[in-house]
Amino acid sequence: MTPDPTAPLLSVDDLVVQYHRPGAPPTRAVAGVSLQVRAGEVVGLVGESGCGKSTLARAVCGLTAPAEGRITYDGTPVRPLRVRRRELALTGIQMVFQDPYGSLNPRRRVGSQIADGIRTAAGRGESAAELTTPEDLLTRVGLPASAAERYPQEFSGGQRQRIAIARALAARPRLLVGDEPISALDASAQLQVATLMRSLAVESGAGLLFISHDLSVVRLIADRIAVMYLGRIVETGPTAEVWADPRHPYTRALLAAVPKPDGAGVLPAELPGDVPDPADPPSGCRFHPRCPQAFDGCDREEPQLIAGGVACRLYAA
Amino acid sequence: MTDGDTVDVLRISGLTLDLGGARILGGVDLALQPGRIHGLAGESGSGKTMTGLATLGLLPPGARTGGRIELEGTDLLALTPRQLAVLRGRSVSMVFQDPSTSLHPMLSIGHQLTDHLRHHLKLNRKAAKERAVDLLTQVRIPNPREALGRYPHQFSGGMRQRIAIAIALACEPKVLIADEPTTALDVTVQAGVLRLLRGLCDDLGLAVLLVTHDLGVMSAIADEVSVMRHGLVVETGPRGRVLTEPQHEYTRQLLDALPGRSTV
Amino acid sequence: MKFSLLRRLPPAWRRPLAVTGGLVALIWLVIVVAAPLLAPHDPLAQNLPRLTGPGAGHWFGTDELGRDVLSRVLYGARVSIPLALLLVAMSLLVGGVLGACAGFFGRWVDETVMRIADLVFAFPTVILAMVVAAALGASLQNAVLAVLVVSWPSYARVTRGLVMGLRNREFVLSGRLLGFSAWRSLRVDILPNVLGPLLVLATLDIGTATLLLSGLSFLGLGAKPPTAEWGAMVADGTQQFDKWWIGVFPGLAILTVVLAFNFLGDTLRDALDPGTARTIGAEKERVG
Repeated sequence: MTPDPTAPLLSVDDLVVQYHRPGAPPTRAVAGVSLQVRAGEVVGLVGESGCGKSTLARAVCGLTAPAEGRITYDGTPVRPLRVRRRELALTGIQMVFQDPYGSLNPRRRVGSQIADGIRTAAGRGESAAELTTPEDLLTRVGLPASAAERYPQEFSGGQRQRIAIARALAARPRLLVGDEPISALDASAQLQVATLMRSLAVESGAGLLFISHDLSVVRLIADRIAVMYLGRIVETGPTAEVWADPRHPYTRALLAAVPKPDGAGVLPAELPGDVPDPADPPSGCRFHPRCPQAFDGCDREEPQLIAGGVACRLYAA
Repeated sequence: MTDGDTVDVLRISGLTLDLGGARILGGVDLALQPGRIHGLAGESGSGKTMTGLATLGLLPPGARTGGRIELEGTDLLALTPRQLAVLRGRSVSMVFQDPSTSLHPMLSIGHQLTDHLRHHLKLNRKAAKERAVDLLTQVRIPNPREALGRYPHQFSGGMRQRIAIAIALACEPKVLIADEPTTALDVTVQAGVLRLLRGLCDDLGLAVLLVTHDLGVMSAIADEVSVMRHGLVVETGPRGRVLTEPQHEYTRQLLDALPGRSTV
Repeated sequence: MKFSLLRRLPPAWRRPLAVTGGLVALIWLVIVVAAPLLAPHDPLAQNLPRLTGPGAGHWFGTDELGRDVLSRVLYGARVSIPLALLLVAMSLLVGGVLGACAGFFGRWVDETVMRIADLVFAFPTVILAMVVAAALGASLQNAVLAVLVVSWPSYARVTRGLVMGLRNREFVLSGRLLGFSAWRSLRVDILPNVLGPLLVLATLDIGTATLLLSGLSFLGLGAKPPTAEWGAMVADGTQQFDKWWIGVFPGLAILTVVLAFNFLGDTLRDALDPGTARTIGAEKERVG
C-alpha cells in the first residue's frame, strides 16, 4: 500500500492502555488519546507524573499492548511485540529511553551495538545504510569515532545517551520516540542532547515524538506540543501559540508553575491538590476538582478534544 | 541586599574535604543568616552536596576534613561524634532529594515525628503528639490528626517531602539544609514546596542552605546565591545580581546553558 | 615480599579468606593432576601393616586392609573433585537453559519448568538424592545423576529471576525493536549478563556437590569399594572409631575442599559486585 504523503506518519486513534489489578477494575493509564506526528515534525508530549505519557510512548512502539484504539505507522498497524520478531516495516519505529545506564548492553562494544541498527536498516532494503559505519554515526552524535571500540561503562550518562541515539538512528527510523530521554542527564547535557535529537530527526525527515516533563526544553525543540493530564490530552497546538496563549486551565497552571531563572525572586504559582489516582479518576472532566475555572456541569460531562486543540468546556462550541 | 543586623548563624570557612585520595572540596567559604535562604548552585561533582553533608557530619567513611564549620560559634568539625549527635536534628537538620526514600517505609508518620521529638526535646507522649499535629499543619498536610496514623506510601511525593520537612523542623533547628528538595517532584508540586520553604523561612527565622542545580528554583526563593565548581565557590552574591549580572565566567556558562533563559 | 604481591591483586582478592581459598583450591587441583606423582604408595595395594597410626612412612597411617591412607586421600581427590566440577557444570547447563527459557518466554514454559522445580524442592535434598541413587543402582555414575536431579532447580530458579529482570531492561527492548529474534536476544543480550552471578553460584555450589557425592558414597550409594573415595573412607572410619586416622583425614580433605571453594565463591561474588568491591577498598583505606 503506497503511503499517502499527506497522511501523518504516526496516527494514534482513541488509544486506551490498561493495567490490571487483582480484584479491581483495570486502571486506564491512557484513557482515550488521539495524536498525530508528521514526517519531519517534532511533537512534544508533556505532562506530570501519572499522566500516562510513558505508557503512551511504549504503546506507540508496540512495547505495551493497547486495550482499545488503533496505532498506525506509515499505513501499517502497529502490532504489539511478542515472542516473534518485530516485522520489518515496523523497525522504522525506534525509541530512546530515559535511563542511559540501562540503554546499552554492558558486555558488548559500542560499535557492535550500533552495527545492529545498521543491519536493521539494510535488512529493510535501505541501500544508503550499507555505506554507513558505526564510526559515522558516532561522529554525527558528537562522539569520537574511537568510541566504537570501547564499552558503555567507559562513558558518562550524557555520552551513553548519545550512543543510544546513534544506535536508534542507525536503523534509519522514520519515527523516533524519546521517552524522557534527557531527564536523567546533567542539567548542562539536557539541552544539548534534546537539540541533537531534534536536528538529527528533522534532517533525516523522520518524525520525533519527544516526551518530557521539562517544559522549558520542549518549548525549544518541539514544533507542536500536546499536554497530557491523567490519561488524556487536554490541549494541543503549535508550541509558540500554546506557550503564548495557553487555553486549558491545566496548561495555564503548568506554565505558571515553572520557575524562571531571571533573578527576580518571583515564587511560581501553585496548583493546589494532588493528582488523583488513575485507578479512580474524577467524574466528568478529570481536572475539575483542581480547576480554578470549573463551573456547573464540569463534574458530569467529560470534554472531548475539539478541532481547535483543547479539551475544556470553556471552549465548547 | 542583606539586612543591617545580620549575625551569621552558620559560617563555613576554608572547608576542605579529601575522600579516597581525591580533593573534593578545596576551601569553601559560606555564611548563612537567620530568616534567609542561601542557594548553593553547581553541577553534579561540584561538591555542593558534600558541603551539606559535611555540615551534618554525614560524610562517608574515610573522609578527611579541614577548615571550620561554625554553628553559632561552635565548630562542628571539632566535635566528637557524640556531641555532634546531640546537635544533629536539634540545631541543624536536613531534607533530602528523594521523597520515596527519605521516610522510613514501615513506621507511621506520627511515630517518625514523635520519636524525634521525644528523643531530643524529652516531651511526653501527649505533648509530642500535639506538637506533631502542629508541625503537619504548618507544612499544610490536610487532616493532620488522621495523617499521624498513616504510612509514607499512602502519601504523594509532594506530601512526603512536606512531611520530611516537618520532621526536619520538629526540634526547631536554626539551620535547615535542603539538598535538591524539589528536583524529584513535578513542577506544580514543586511550586507548592518552594512556597512552603520560603514561608517557613520568613515565619520561623530559619536559615536555609538550599543545594540545587536548578537555577530557576534558586531564582524563585534564594536570597543569596553561591556557585560552586570543582570543590570551590567561584561566585557569591545576592540572587538578583548573580543571576542577571554574573561576574564569573562559569556562572555565565551555567546561565547560558539554560533553556528557559529568556523571559516569556 | 608477600605484601607486594598482594598489592597487585584486584581489591576483592586482598582479603585473607580470598587468598586462603584460592591457594587451597589451587593445591587440591594440583593434587588432582599429580596424585600419582605425589602419593607414596598404591592406593589399592593392601601390602602394608594394618591399622598403623600416623608415623614415619605412613603420614596418615594405614587402614584395616593395610592400605596407605595418605595415598588414598590423594587419589580420592581425583574422584571427588573432578566429579563435583562436572556435576556443577551439568547442573548449570541444564538448570540455566531451562531457567532462561522459563524467564524469557514466560507463560506455559515458565509454569512447566517451575512446577517441576517445585516438585524437586518439595523433597529434602539428601533424601531425594538417596532415593534416586538407590533406584538407579549404587554406583558413582548414578550418584552423580542423583545429585544432578536435585541440583538443577536452584540454577533454574536463579537464572529465571535474573532473566526476568533483564528481559525488560532498555537495551534488551532496544534490541527487539531493532528486529532481534527471541533467540538472538537471549544469546547476545541476556546470557552474557547472567553468567556472572551464575558463575558465583556454581563456585559456591562445588562445595555442596562434593559433600553430596561424598555423602552418598558414605551411605553406600555411590562409589563402590575398593575405590578410594573420601565419603566411603569416612564410612570405613566409623567402623574403626579408635583408629581415628582412617576417618578423620578424608573428612578433613572434604572440609578443606568445601571451605576453599566457598571462600572462592564469596570472593568472586564480591569481585563481581561493583558496590562491594569499592567498600572493601574504602575499609582498607581507613584501617591502613
